[in-house]
Parts: sequence; C-alpha cells; structure tokens
Amino acid sequence: MDQTFAVELVNVSKRFPGPSGAPAGEVVAVDNVTLRIQDGEFYSLLGPSGCGKTTSLRMIAGFEHPTEGEVYIHGRPMGLTPAYQRHTNMVFQSYALFPHMNIERNVGFGLEMKKVPKEEIRRRVTEALDMVRLSGYGPRKPSQLSGGQQQRVALARALVNRPEVLLLDEPLGALDLKLRKEMQLELKNLQKEVGITFVYVTHDQEEALTMSDRIAVMHQGRALQVGSPTQIYERPSCRFVADFIGETNFLEGVVEEQGEGVVCVRVAGSLRVLAETDEKFELGSQVTAAVRPEKIRMLPNPARGTHNSFPCQVEQVVYVGTDTRFQVRLAGDVLLTVREQNLISTPDPTAYYGGDDRDTYAVWPANAVRLLRD
Amino acid sequence: MDRIRRRPGLQVLILIFPSLFWLVLFFAVPLLIVFVYSFLSRGPYGQIVWEFNLGNYARFFNPLYLRIFARSFTIAAVTTTLSFLVGYPMAYWMATRPPRWRNTLLLLLMIPFWTNFLVRTYAWILILRDTGLINQALLGLGLIQEPLSLYGTEFAVIIGLVYGWFPDMVLPCYAAIERLDFSLVEAAQDLYANEARSFLRIVFPLTLPGIVAGSILVFIPSLGAYITPDLLGGAKSVMIGNVIHSQFLSVRDYPFGSAFSFVLMAMMLAATLLYFRVGGRTL
Amino acid sequence: MTTAAAVERPKAGRVARRGSVLGRVMNRGISLSGVLGFAFLYAPILILVIFSFNSSRFVSTWEGFSLRWYRELFNNAAMGAALRNSLIVAGASTAMSTVFGTMVALAMERHRFPGKTAFDALLYLPIIIPDIAMAVMLLLFFVMARFGLSLFTIIISHVAFNISFVAVVVRARLVGFDRSLEEAAQDLGANELRTFWHVTLPLLMPGILGGALLAFTLSLDDFVITFFTAGVGSTTLPLRIYSMVKLGVTPEINAVSTLLLAASMCLVLLSLVFQAKGGGTERKSYR
Repeated sequence: MDQTFAVELVNVSKRFPGPSGAPAGEVVAVDNVTLRIQDGEFYSLLGPSGCGKTTSLRMIAGFEHPTEGEVYIHGRPMGLTPAYQRHTNMVFQSYALFPHMNIERNVGFGLEMKKVPKEEIRRRVTEALDMVRLSGYGPRKPSQLSGGQQQRVALARALVNRPEVLLLDEPLGALDLKLRKEMQLELKNLQKEVGITFVYVTHDQEEALTMSDRIAVMHQGRALQVGSPTQIYERPSCRFVADFIGETNFLEGVVEEQGEGVVCVRVAGSLRVLAETDEKFELGSQVTAAVRPEKIRMLPNPARGTHNSFPCQVEQVVYVGTDTRFQVRLAGDVLLTVREQNLISTPDPTAYYGGDDRDTYAVWPANAVRLLRD
Repeated sequence: MDRIRRRPGLQVLILIFPSLFWLVLFFAVPLLIVFVYSFLSRGPYGQIVWEFNLGNYARFFNPLYLRIFARSFTIAAVTTTLSFLVGYPMAYWMATRPPRWRNTLLLLLMIPFWTNFLVRTYAWILILRDTGLINQALLGLGLIQEPLSLYGTEFAVIIGLVYGWFPDMVLPCYAAIERLDFSLVEAAQDLYANEARSFLRIVFPLTLPGIVAGSILVFIPSLGAYITPDLLGGAKSVMIGNVIHSQFLSVRDYPFGSAFSFVLMAMMLAATLLYFRVGGRTL
Repeated sequence: MTTAAAVERPKAGRVARRGSVLGRVMNRGISLSGVLGFAFLYAPILILVIFSFNSSRFVSTWEGFSLRWYRELFNNAAMGAALRNSLIVAGASTAMSTVFGTMVALAMERHRFPGKTAFDALLYLPIIIPDIAMAVMLLLFFVMARFGLSLFTIIISHVAFNISFVAVVVRARLVGFDRSLEEAAQDLGANELRTFWHVTLPLLMPGILGGALLAFTLSLDDFVITFFTAGVGSTTLPLRIYSMVKLGVTPEINAVSTLLLAASMCLVLLSLVFQAKGGGTERKSYR
C-alpha cells in the first residue's frame, strides 16, 4: 500500500469554541473523519448544511487547522501551514473575485504573488481564459459579468496556478437550474481534460451523482459512507445515506429466517420480505429493509420466484411527466411509494395497475432490498 | 513578521495601542480627575482644598441651581417634542419617496447636520434679533409696531436647539418607517380603517421604537447645550452648560464646576443606557 | 433591505383610497411638511450666505450685491492667522486620528480579546459625551499636569474625540466586508501582509477617506472643546468668529461664516459620498 494519495484526512476533528470562548457551547464541526482522495479523482463531499463538509474543505485549503488529526497533501503533512503556502486553490461559493481589479489581474493574482515574470503571466492568463471560454474578457471588471461568467473566472483564477488539488465550495449554488446543469457537465469535462484532483463540496445529491468519481456522504461531522455513485445509490450503508440520496421506502422488521444469500424479514407482523445479501444477521434482530420506489412494479398478478409480491391498495396517484408516483397500502398498514416510468403515452394511470376493482400487486426483486441495521 | 502572525494577541495589541493610550491618558484620566475634583472645594485664595466633602453636591439644592436644572430639563423636553412634530412628518415624507430620491434626500439632510454648529446657530441671531429678519418683515408688513423680543429668550434657545438637533430625530424615524411593511396598512384599510386611523393604529405604533430612539438622541445634546444658550439666550435662559462654563472660566471654582459636569454626564449616561435598552438597534 | 426587494412592496404613502378626501389631505400635508422641513433646515444658511454679499454695513438692510466683506477678510491678518491655525490643527489631528482610528476599527471588528467590551464602551464615550463636559475635563487635566495651553493641546483634544468618529465609520465598512476576498487572496499565495495591502486596504480606502474627511470637518468646525483648550495666540477660525459675535454682529462675520460653511459642507458631502461607495465588498449569501 505504497500509493500516495492526493489528499488524506487522517482522524481529523475540528471543534469550534462556544461564543464566550468557553468549552461549553462548543461546536464539533468535524468528528474523527478519515478520507483518502486519489490523484486525478473527482471527489465530492456531500451532505446537508452543517454536516462538516465545508469545514473539511477549508482544512484542506488551510483556512482552518484540525483540532485533532492531520491533513496530508501528496503525502506531506500540512500541520499549521497557512493557506498561502499550500499548493491547493479554491473556487469560492461567492466567487470572491476582487472587485477593484479587472479580470486579467484577478486571474493573474496568484502568479503575481509567486513573482512569475509579467510576460508569462499574460500568456498563462490568456490560456486560462481561453480554457473557460472567456477569451478577451481580460479588461472587464467582475461587476460587468454575469453570474455564470464570474464563476468561470473564479475557475480560471484557480486553475491558472496549476494546483495539486482544486477545491470547489458549492460553486454552482447561485446559478439557475439550466445553467447549473450545463456547468456540471463542463466542470466534469474540464476535470478530465486537466487531470487535476477535484474536491467538490455540495448539498445537492443529484449534482454529486452526476459529476463524481467517488462521493463521501457526511452527516453531523462524520463521513458515513464513501463510494462511487452507484455504490452510494444502490448499496447505502445506513439509513441516513439511503434517505438522503434519492427516495427510499423503509420497512422496519425482524429477521425471521437466514438462508444461503437470502434473508427473510417479517415486516409489520404480516409481510414476509425477502432480501438478497451475503451478510449474516441474527435471528430475531431488528432490521430495516430499504427499497427504492423505482424498483417496485405495479402488476395485475402476483409474480413467481424469489420476488417480493404483495397485494396492495392504491391510495394516491400523482402524474409527474416522466413518471407516475403511486402511494400504495399493503397489509399491516404498510405504506409504499412506487415510481413507474411512463413508457406509454396515456393520461389514464389505470393502464399501469389493475384499477380499483381488480387486484393489484406491488412487486420487487429480492436483490433490490438493502438491509440496514440502524 | 512570522512571530507576529503566530501571536494574534500581539497583533491586537499593536492595533489598539495608540488609541488605547490616547483614550486612557486624554479621556479616562481627565474623567477621573473631574470625578475626584467634584468632591473637593475651593479655598479663599483660589487654591484647591484637598479634603473630601460633598459640599458641591449639596449646593445643587440651592433654589438657584435647582431652577437651572429644571429649566434645562424643560428646554430639552420642549425641544424634543418640537423636533418630533417637525421631524416625524418629514421622515415620513422622505421614506415614502421613490427609492432613487431617498439617498439624495438623506444626503441633503445630513450635510448641514455635520457642519459648523456655531455658524448655523449664529445665523439665527440674524433672524431673531430686534433688527433681524423676522422683525423687519413684521414691521414692514405693519403687523406690529414695536419689534418683538425674540432674541435672548428661552424661545430663541429652543428654536436654536430644535434647528440644530431635529435631524437626529428624522434619521431613526426614517429608518423605522422605511422598514415598515405597508401591506399592513393596506390590510387595515381593507378592514375599513381610513387613512387617519390606519396611521394612528398601525404606522404610529410600529414606528414607535424609532421615535423613542430619536427622542433620546435629541434630548441628550439639548440637555448639555452650551453654544445655543450662550449665543441665543440671555440671563434668564441659563442652562447647565453655561453654569459649567462660568464656573471654569470666570469664577474658577473648579471643584464646583466639576461636580456640575459630573452630574451632567451622569444624566447623559442614564439617557444613553435607556436609548440602548429601547431603540439601540436603529443607530 | 434585500428581503424587501424580493417581494413587491406596495408603494408607501400612496395608500389613500380612491377618491378619498382625507387621503388626499393627508398626502398633501405630508408633502408639505417634508418640503417645509428642508426649507427650515436650509433657510438660515441661505440667509447667512445672502447677507454676506450685502454691500450695506448694516446687516439688516439690503443695499445691493457686493464682495466687499470678502475682500476685507483677505486683508485681515488676524483672520489669516486663525485660518492657518485651524488648518494646522485639523491636518495634524486628522492624520493621527485616521491612522489610530483605522487600526482600532480593524482590531474591534476582527479580533476577540479580554476587556473588549469595556474598550468598546470607552471608544463610544467621546461621541456621546456633551462637548462642554469633555472640554472642561481636558482643561482640568492640562492645568493639573501643568501643561501649558497651546496649539498642541488643541490637537491632542481633537485627536481624543476624532479617533472614535473615524473608528465608527471604518467599522461600518468592515462589518459587511466579504472575508472570502481575503481568503481568496491567501489561497492564491498572498500572506497576511500582502493580502492586507493588495485586497483589504484598497477596498477599505473609501471608508477610511470618508472617516478622514469627517474628522477634518469636525476638527475644523469645533468650537467648545477648542475654546477651553486653546492657549493665548492659538486662535482657530471658530474661536475668532465667536469673539467677533460677542462684540456684535458685523458683515465680516457673515462672510467668514459663509466661507467656513461652504468648506465644511463640501467636505461632509465628500465624506458621505465616500462612505456610501459600495465597491462590491458586501458579503453575498445564497442560503
């Protein structure tokens, strides 16, 4: 295991003192987090506000120092090194473009600080602006640019210094939806082109899933799960991750049978839910079976085989364009949300299920069930 | 340089040292001296008798001085009331102009306010005295036979004080009115209140904090007025500030003057604390 | 104020019901009081200015336009000396109080330290305290310290109150200052000093200038404190005006007052303009 990671956080904690400086009222922003980010990766820190993702980013940048633990960049411990001595650059949420300098001076600022000769600064700034498709914008002032353009300047200003790691703090938050989606793809492509490690902070799970090679889901200062988008989505490790990413149906129950790669859980006293898993569970232990709505189908007849198939009563139907969402009630008063893709063009949802007077079954495969212990 | 960076305590010290030094030596220490002096007395040859006594404070109960305190309070109170009557409608007008106008109006309000108080007070002499503008106009129009004695009266002092300090009433009222959500007024009118009643029941109560803040901001300087009663008032309109002046520069009874000064400052402090308790956020 | 912009607020003041007499009367009344208020504010100033151009020696009777009194001012040696003193005092006290005040503002807005609240109170006291109280305080101090009254004592006294005014103005600028600009500079390789020089100071400059101009005006215009702390021969312009007024109203007073007023109004205007100049330093928030 002699691989050097681009960034490593090892047992990092960050505590902020309370308002009067006393230990009481102290805030634990980051709680014993260990993360390893690989070279050339697009790595996202994802979580709700207050989960510690921004604080972690700032510790990599050097604006905060860990209360405990250590930050390594390419194997070098950062210790108390201030931000201006680190080889990282950050794209700020508010862009932080210097209002009293034009675009050219803004982008060239880092090079100016490193005392790069003027000719080279000019050359590299032009290159950087070309790369973000803002050629010729050098003489303008930040206030003359739109939000999206400012964002690209901030990007250029960071990348022109060829940092070892690029840090991005929710850079797309202020953009409208359409622009945001465009920029997501642009950033992804840029990262592939430039090859620098990107560490990206966001609270938008769709954004993280779209852009990242790997995601670290954070909550209350801890890293709950790290994995590829597929892993995070299909194999959430705990309830919070399953709930935060996408939608999930949670079925609380008790382990009734443990077979070869299959576990049976009795939910609400009456439903036998089958789950495919290699993990071992104790008989009688409490467990939550998690199923995503899009994995469930509404069929007029029960399916055979290792499927979960339950008669259900449709309570609510909502048409959302691409899908139709159903709220259905199973035996034992269990409510499920089901999403069926609208493959056929018809305004009549009864085409998808049996209709009020016919039997309807909610069906999903055993391998779509994740068992969570908490 | 690095040593300074690592010790934020040192940075703070460097930053505040000059001001701290200045304010302690030339403000806190003088304050202390005044406090101490107020408990001393003046001997027959003008020297300071270093004996603690409350004689100075006891002298305040002399009817002469009690009258002066009462008068100062009254003048300050009347000034405050008049400032409100002049300032509040003006603030309302300013706050209800189009946004582009408002900054200009604020600017126009503030410019005279921050300029030479002495000169602006002097201008009222030109207006109020026996051969001044008002009397000239009234005599010329035949409305009076003899010039009105406006100058050298409490009336002149009050006008001068209102003139000098009413912008301090306008600003907090303006802030309060500007912040008001006028859809509340529309709601009141929808519920059958006419303009007068919606003003009295909605606008006025909700802007009250601004009015209170403005009142204190006018009352405080009016109480401690010196230039205005000196230039515009006469013997009959002596205020606390004038007594302090004469004690220090004519009579040279420093201890007594200090006691007066100290009482004035105590009253200021009380009013200031009241201000911060009630309407401090608008400042 | 930004939240209000997001919702279309009904136009205030125009809340009169259609065809309502009471509404119209009230609106007229409000407009009248607004205009009259400004007239009240500026009338004495206008009167002063107009009468400074009065060719008559008798202030109350208008006899035609003349620059006579202004010319006499130029030949008045005592006036020249007073002006010189005023400028020296204002210049020196402004320079010192601007530097001290800016430093203290930075400390108060950016750092925590023991005794900060007490020091904050001390900083605000010179603004709140009545002029006369501060004046006698300083006089007593100088007398006790056997420090002869002179131009120096005036300068010392002016710095004592101007620090607080400059601090208030600069602090107002610092409160909304977007710290991420400084972080960005550090992120790009500028250490604390270089960040201050390249980013913080240029962006703070309008506020600092605004504070300096205010301090200059306050010093130039000050009467009470100067009166008590001036030595013989260190007369400033306001002091000169005062002694002239005590002797009786003359046209020269009008002329010099007009000039002084014009100067300080320009300075205050500049100060307010500088204080208001945004420059984009306000923190943007998206949450």
